[in-house]
Amino acid sequence: MSETITIKQGLDINLMGEAEKVTRQVDTGLYAIKPTDFTGVFPKVLVQEGDRVKAGTPLFYDKYRETIKLCAPVSGTIKELRRGAKRVLHEIIIEPDTQQVFEDFGKADPNNLTREQITEKMLTSGVWPVIRQRPYNVIANAADHPKSIFISCFDTSPLAPDYNYIINGQGVTFQSGLDALKKLTNGKIHLNLKSGVAASEVFTKAKNVQINYFNGPHPAGNVGVQINKIDPINKGDIVWHLRPQEVLTIGRLFTEGRFNSERIIAITGSEVLKPLYIKTNIGATIREILKDNLNEGKLRFISGNPLTGKKIDKNGFIGFYDSQVTILPEGDYYEMFGWVLPGFGKFSYSRTFFTWLQSKNKKYRLDTNFHGGRRALVMTGEMEKVFPFDIYPMQLIKAIMIEDIEAMENLGIYEVDEEDFALVEYIDTSKTEIQELVRKGLDLMRKEMS
Amino acid sequence: MNAIRNFVDKIKPNVQKGGRFHYLHSTFEAFETFLFVPNDTTTSGSHIRDYIDMKRTMSVVVMALVPVLLFGIWNVGYQHHLSHGVMASLWDNIFFGALKVLPILVVSYVVGLGIEFAFAQIRGHEVNEGFLVSGFLIPLIVPPDTPLWMVALATAFAVVIGKEVFGGTGMNILNPALTARAFLFFAYPQDLSGDKVWIAEKADAYSGATPLGQLLTNEPISSLPSASDMFFGFIPGSIGETSTFLILIGGLFLILTGIGSWRIMISVFAGGFALALLFNILGPIVAPDNAYMAIPPYYHLIMGGFAFGAVYMATDPVSASQTNRGKWIYGILIGVIAVLIRVLNPAYPEGMMLAILLMNVFAPLIDHYVVEANIKKRLKRYQKAQLATT
Repeated sequence: MSETITIKQGLDINLMGEAEKVTRQVDTGLYAIKPTDFTGVFPKVLVQEGDRVKAGTPLFYDKYRETIKLCAPVSGTIKELRRGAKRVLHEIIIEPDTQQVFEDFGKADPNNLTREQITEKMLTSGVWPVIRQRPYNVIANAADHPKSIFISCFDTSPLAPDYNYIINGQGVTFQSGLDALKKLTNGKIHLNLKSGVAASEVFTKAKNVQINYFNGPHPAGNVGVQINKIDPINKGDIVWHLRPQEVLTIGRLFTEGRFNSERIIAITGSEVLKPLYIKTNIGATIREILKDNLNEGKLRFISGNPLTGKKIDKNGFIGFYDSQVTILPEGDYYEMFGWVLPGFGKFSYSRTFFTWLQSKNKKYRLDTNFHGGRRALVMTGEMEKVFPFDIYPMQLIKAIMIEDIEAMENLGIYEVDEEDFALVEYIDTSKTEIQELVRKGLDLMRKEMS
Repeated sequence: MNAIRNFVDKIKPNVQKGGRFHYLHSTFEAFETFLFVPNDTTTSGSHIRDYIDMKRTMSVVVMALVPVLLFGIWNVGYQHHLSHGVMASLWDNIFFGALKVLPILVVSYVVGLGIEFAFAQIRGHEVNEGFLVSGFLIPLIVPPDTPLWMVALATAFAVVIGKEVFGGTGMNILNPALTARAFLFFAYPQDLSGDKVWIAEKADAYSGATPLGQLLTNEPISSLPSASDMFFGFIPGSIGETSTFLILIGGLFLILTGIGSWRIMISVFAGGFALALLFNILGPIVAPDNAYMAIPPYYHLIMGGFAFGAVYMATDPVSASQTNRGKWIYGILIGVIAVLIRVLNPAYPEGMMLAILLMNVFAPLIDHYVVEANIKKRLKRYQKAQLATT
C-alpha cells in the first residue's frame, strides 16, 4: 500500500543554472572508471595501458570481494592508468572506438531466471556495482538478502536532474530492471516519488513495487531519509538502494544482453552558459561537454550536486553514480566586513541576513567560499532544523569525533550516510567538515563490525 | 579596501609559519578576520556554505543587547539623580551613566579578550568570538558602583576558571558571564548585594533597595514601584537587568533571527510563572507572612534579573541543554528554581543567577536522559525486528 510522507525539516537551496529540458548527444572523447568512486573497494587491476577492451570487459575487481568487478563503460583502448599519491589508482582512462563493441552477456527475461542466474549475470557484466547497500553505502554484497530495496525517483538537491524527464519513454527497460531486482529481495521494492508533481508513467505504471510519495524540502529525495521513514535500518539489517538510471542499466543488461552504460547527465550551475541535459556514457570527461559553454573566471567543477558532489578538474570525469555536473564560481576572495554587512543578496538559512525577506523562488549564485572560520561546535538546535531523521545529529557527530563505537551504534549511525548530513554541514555555523566526519565514522564501524 | 588588503598581505608573511613574529599568528588572524571574511574555500563535503558564521551569530546577540545597555546607561544616571532629588536632563543622565558603565564595559573586554588572545596564542587556535557576548553581558549584570578592579578580577576568573580550564569556547560547563557574577557575589558580598549598591553614588538618606530587596525587609507590597515602572525598568538594579520591556524586545529579535532558543525563553517564563502562581494561591494558607508569596505572580517576571536571565543567560547554547526536549525541561526548572529561591530562601532575594548556574550543571544530565530515550526507542525497534524474524 502506498504511503505519503511529509518531511518538515530541511531546506531547498535555489541556485541559478537549472538544466533546460533539452538533451544533446556529445562525443566526449575520453571515459574513465574511478576506483575512488566505490567506497571500501581495493582495486586489483586487470588491464594495462594499450590494452583493447570491449564495453563490459572487466577493468578491475575488489581485492576483498573478488566477485565485484568494474567493467569498461565503452569499448576502446586503455589510454592511461592514472595514479595519485602512494600509487593509489585514481582513474582508468579509455579512449573509445568510433564503432562501439560490446561483450555479449545474452538477453534474458529476468522473470525466467533464478536469483543466482540474475546475480551471476550482473556480477560478470560489471552492472552489479550500481546496487549499493545501507548501512555504510558500499556496493551491495550479492550473497546478502536485503530486507527491502529503495529506489528514490526524485532528487531534491540543488539543481538536481529531473528523473521524470530522463526516464521518459523507457518503461520496458525500467520494468525489466525492476523484475530483476524483485528476484533479489524477499521484501518490497519501494519506488519513491515526489508528492504533488506529475510523475512519469514509467514510474507510476511500474509493477511489483510499492509506490510511496514524499512531500517536503531537501533532503526528502535522499534515500536515507526515505528508508528512515518507511523501513528503518536496525542493527544487522541490510537495505539496498539505486537511482532510476541505474535500474535502466540493469534493465538493458537483460533486454539487450550487454553492459550499456548510457547515461543522461544534467549540466548545471550558474557558470554554465546554457544548462541542459547530455546523453553520454558512464565516466565521460566533462572537457568536451562543457566546451564553449562556460563563463570566464575561476571555476569549481563538481561531479554531482553542490552539496555532495566530488571536485574534479576541468578535464575530469563524471563519477560512476552521478547524473549531474555542476559548475560554480570559486570563492577565493576576501570580503571586507562581510560578517557584519546586512547581506541582502546572501542566501542563508539563518535569519541574520535580510535574504529571508526575499521571495522563496529567488535563485542565487553561490560560490565555494567558507564564509567564516572553523570554530568549536557551539550553536545547538540548528542541525535538527534540516535533519529529518529521528536521530540526534550533534550527539552522533560528537560520538564519531571521539570514536565511541557503542555510542555511534546507539545513536543511529547505521541509518545515515554522508549525504544525509550535507545540509547540516551547509548551515553549520562552526564550519565543521561534517560529511567527512560521518564517512570516517561509517568506515570505522564497517571495520569494527565486519 | 584594496589598500588595506595590500597592507594586511604585506604583514602576513611575518606572522605565518617561519615568520619572525609567528608567535603572534592568532592575534593577527583575529584582526585580519575582523577586517575581512577569509578567502578560504571548501575542499571536501558541501561545496557551498551558508553565509552565517560565529562572528555573525555573536554580533547579532550583541545587537540585541545594545538597547538594554543604552537604557542601562540612562537608568544609572536617572537613579543617581533621583536619589539626590535632582531633576536631571536626558543627557545629564546619559552622561553620568556613561561615566559609570563604559569603564566597566572597557575593563570587561580588555581583560577578557586579553586572556582569550593569550590562550588562543598558546594553543595555536583562532580567537573564538564567544567573549564578544560574555564581555558585553558582564557589565550588564553587575551593580553600577562595582569597582573596576573587581570587574577585572571576576572577568579573569570567569575566562580562566570558568572556561579555559575546561578547554575553551564550547567546552565550558557554566555560563561564563554568570560565573563572573557568582564570583563577585560570593567573594565580595558587601559590594555586590544588599540595598546599598544598586544606585551609583546614592544619596545616603535614599533607600536604594530593589523591589526584591524591599520584599526581603518586609516592606508592604504597596510600597513597591508600580508594575509599569518595573516592566519598563525605572527602578534600581544591575545595569542591564531592570527593563523587562527592552529585554523582551531583544529576546524577540533573537528568536526572529533564530539565534536565541525560544524554547528556553518561553519555558523559563512559564516555569517561573507557574510556581509563582502556585505560591500566590497557597500563600495565605501556608505562609501568610511571606511577602514574596503575596505578590502577583507576574511580578516575579518583571523584578530583578528574571527576564534578563531567561533571555540572555539561560539561552547560552554551550552551557544550556542541547536537545530540544531537554531545553524545555531545563528552562522550566530554571524558572521554578529561581522563584523557589526567591520565595523560600530568607537570605537571598534574587534566585535567577543560582537557578541558571545550578541548571547549567544539570543540563548534560537532562540531555543524557533525553538521548537515552531515543536510544531505547531504537533498541526496542531492533528487538521487535528480531522477534519478527525468529
